[in-house]
Amino acid sequence: MTTSGLLAAAPRIVAVGVDGFAAPAADAGATVHQVEWRPPAAGDEDLGAKLARLTSHPAIERANTRALDAVLAVRPLLVDVAPAQDLIPQLAEERLLLHAGPPLPYERMCGPMRAAVVGAALLEGWAETPEQAERLAADGGIHFEPCHHHDAVGPMAGIISRSMPLLVVEDRDTGRRAYSNLNEGQGRCLRYGALGDDVMTRLRWMGERLGPSLRAALRSRDEPVDLRGLTAQALQMGDECHSRNTAASALLTRELAAGLARSADLGGVEALDFLSGNNYWFLNFSMAASKLAMDAGHGVEHSTLVTAFARNGVDVGIRVSGLGDAWFRAPAAAVDGLYFAGFGPDDANPDIGDSAITETHGLGGFAIAAAPAIVGFVGGTPERARRISREMAGLTLGRHRDYQLPGLDFVGSPVGIDIRKVVDTGLEPVVTTGISHREPGIGQIGAGLTHAPLRCFTEALAAFHEPCD
Amino acid sequence: MVLRNAVHTNLYADSVTLMRAAARIAERPGVLTASLVMGTTANQDVLDRAGLLADEGRSAGPNDLVVAVRCADDEEATAALAAALAALAETPGPAAPEGEVPLRALAAAPDDTDLALISTPGPYAAAEALKALRRDMNVFLFSDHVSLADELTLKQEAAWRGLLVMGPDCGTSLVAGIPLGFANAVRRGGIGLAGASGTGLQQVSCLVHAMGAGVSHLIGTGSRDLSEEIGGLSTLAALDLLAADPTTEVVVLVSKPPAPRVARRVLERAAGIGKPVVACFLGAASGTAPPGVTQVATLDEAARAAASLALGHPVPAAETATPRPPREPRRWVRGLYAGGTFAYEAELLLRARLGAVARETPAPPPGAPPALPAAHLVLDLGDDAYTTGRPHPMIDPTVRTAYLTAALDDPSTAVVLLDVVIGHGAAPDPAGEIVRVLAGRPTPDDGPLVLAFVVGTDRDPQQLDVQKRLLADAGAVVMGSGTAAARAAADAVAVIAPQVEVRIGEGV
Repeated sequence: MTTSGLLAAAPRIVAVGVDGFAAPAADAGATVHQVEWRPPAAGDEDLGAKLARLTSHPAIERANTRALDAVLAVRPLLVDVAPAQDLIPQLAEERLLLHAGPPLPYERMCGPMRAAVVGAALLEGWAETPEQAERLAADGGIHFEPCHHHDAVGPMAGIISRSMPLLVVEDRDTGRRAYSNLNEGQGRCLRYGALGDDVMTRLRWMGERLGPSLRAALRSRDEPVDLRGLTAQALQMGDECHSRNTAASALLTRELAAGLARSADLGGVEALDFLSGNNYWFLNFSMAASKLAMDAGHGVEHSTLVTAFARNGVDVGIRVSGLGDAWFRAPAAAVDGLYFAGFGPDDANPDIGDSAITETHGLGGFAIAAAPAIVGFVGGTPERARRISREMAGLTLGRHRDYQLPGLDFVGSPVGIDIRKVVDTGLEPVVTTGISHREPGIGQIGAGLTHAPLRCFTEALAAFHEPCD
Repeated sequence: MVLRNAVHTNLYADSVTLMRAAARIAERPGVLTASLVMGTTANQDVLDRAGLLADEGRSAGPNDLVVAVRCADDEEATAALAAALAALAETPGPAAPEGEVPLRALAAAPDDTDLALISTPGPYAAAEALKALRRDMNVFLFSDHVSLADELTLKQEAAWRGLLVMGPDCGTSLVAGIPLGFANAVRRGGIGLAGASGTGLQQVSCLVHAMGAGVSHLIGTGSRDLSEEIGGLSTLAALDLLAADPTTEVVVLVSKPPAPRVARRVLERAAGIGKPVVACFLGAASGTAPPGVTQVATLDEAARAAASLALGHPVPAAETATPRPPREPRRWVRGLYAGGTFAYEAELLLRARLGAVARETPAPPPGAPPALPAAHLVLDLGDDAYTTGRPHPMIDPTVRTAYLTAALDDPSTAVVLLDVVIGHGAAPDPAGEIVRVLAGRPTPDDGPLVLAFVVGTDRDPQQLDVQKRLLADAGAVVMGSGTAAARAAADAVAVIAPQVEVRIGEGV
């Protein structure tokens, strides 16, 4: 019997509730851990009771171990760059655009996403003018599906059309693949909803020159680029690989430079010029690698692991390993951020983009202790950043082996959000992100912090099937 | 309105630092917009579109810092440009002490945690307790308002896992010398106590301490544990624990009357643990105890029987004072208790000697004094009916003040009975509040008799001696236990009204 131990020595106590109630026990020499408690499940007693029944449930614990092991076993290799329609055949077969976040009809799309739809329609020659493009979309002439439904992820608006080059990340052991588009750089970009000749010219160049030269550069290598090793290195160099990618972008450019130089005829030198000024270049690679890893953990029966968090600028949603393809949604949160000159919170679009896949994979907000350069987002001190990484560890199933946080004595970054822990603590996962203007055609206006709303997690828990023992 | 740019050549700062500095400058009164950027072409475009680029800014290179401000007047613009550099130089202030991040959930407690102390509001308490059991922790559940169904679920889960649930509504325990909830500083020794009555357990532990014996462990089971529905699951688990515990030589069980079927089951188990057991089921019909089990009727006797067994020699009953009997028209006993078990024991003892005893009095209108019946009265002021929206009288002794004042004012009050519980978790000076009420009035010879007893030890923070002396100095007669106090009350009043129709419980 376990109980025989209870009387043998001073108990090791966890105290929940009235502050100071455990003081006499502590004074008498017992170890006491006081919980900073608030009603779980936002005070929903029935859901709180269900959460208790799922706590330390053997079937769930087993499933989560399996799911997290699968996530951590993935070795993301950058193997190719190719036009989207070659990788996702449905893009070639119909007028389909992929977008960020959970499914969303055109009528409900936010300003920046509508602008990106227009840009993509113009790029593909489906319309001559922005007005034509808007009409085409409004009349149902374009289908829309989430990137996530096609093994892909896209930052901000996340619009992917057939001719856009996608990067391909592959796990050799399973043959699994994930895709993302290529990063346009900073400032006026389609992904932030900017429109104009400058944006369109760059998009065309990316399809005609950047994509082919990258493909040639990758094919000229003996080995694909190991994005896991590269990410691990970047975390030691001040990146958290969501909103800070300066080191990783430089490292990746170094890997590609010789190959691009050899592919000068295809646009390799132009590509090098472009990469020299793009500190966000690695973001899309980080996202695809995270998507590949999290998909490996998806679909494990009874697992409470969050395998995606994505935002479309109107709604946000999570997917859970043991809950199939359903999205559990909440309205998109505001971003608490710093703004470019002339802009403020009133101009900001709510949270948008698939990039928070990196947080589900233990990067971004979860790894912010690694990135002193962006601690401005969290009140300005490395201490606050370290605190966030430590708090996020309270929400995860485990830690990375390869991705370490120098600011926290090289402990592994916390990885694998457990819906139970979010609902129990009421702590919302922290996400670092860019801010888009809410009107179409303007673009990025700042960057900051946001969170995955608690409601996504309570809804998922409510839908969770209680396993038999 | 003026637009001004300043360029600082070869001054680099990270973009986030620059945005923070810009936010600081924008807070200045008179500044409409401010921006700090490195002078790259892309950044100049951004400034230009925002209408913030002046000629100086246009001339900046990528390694130069551009400060752009739009201000109400020239003077403020100059000040803002200067302040921008100062803001860049600012360090973010001393770091807050790092420490551990707070524990945010019971389930996140360290792996070696073996006991959860739960005092959340009732509706959440069962869920927290279940999480603890799932994590293989024992549970001390102080919260009340936990449903009987939830209690049964928890105790069945605990039984299946070989764990113990103390509670719900559990006021006291003492595990390996560690007090949980209300508990007294008693000597360690060979007497292990378990029971559904918190204050009863405290009383017995303090009495055995006073007799020179000591306590190994004290395990509260929650007030409903011996009901038919719960079936004594925690009491049985506690018996097993005390049976297996090498420091425990004698076991004492304390409870209000159990459901008969449950009592039989508990006594059978008690008889089989291989250690002497003293069972005090207050008010239970005294059946035949199985061998090895001594059944007693009062808390006093429970303490004496256990101490005798533990010390190896009989402990004589304490001599008690014989207080002067009050005179007519004073004829009613007013028992005003903080501890429910004391109220229950007093009712039993008084009823046996004096006949009917009222257990409640109508709640007075707000601000009015409580009305006392023309009858003997015993109140449990810790009951929900008296504590709604207020702390328990063991924590806040003023809960009793209005009743005490009313009893003292009532010319028909013969005896006032008061319990004073000290120890961990209790009020810092519970006797003080009684003394304040007593001291405020003259004590003529024909006033009511005030009988008080203090549950505590010389080692408790409030100190038994100090509390007793305070009460005695204020004119109260201090008795050794609740049993002794209730008997003395019955003795005193029986002189006035000796006729009792039914004489039961003569042995009591």
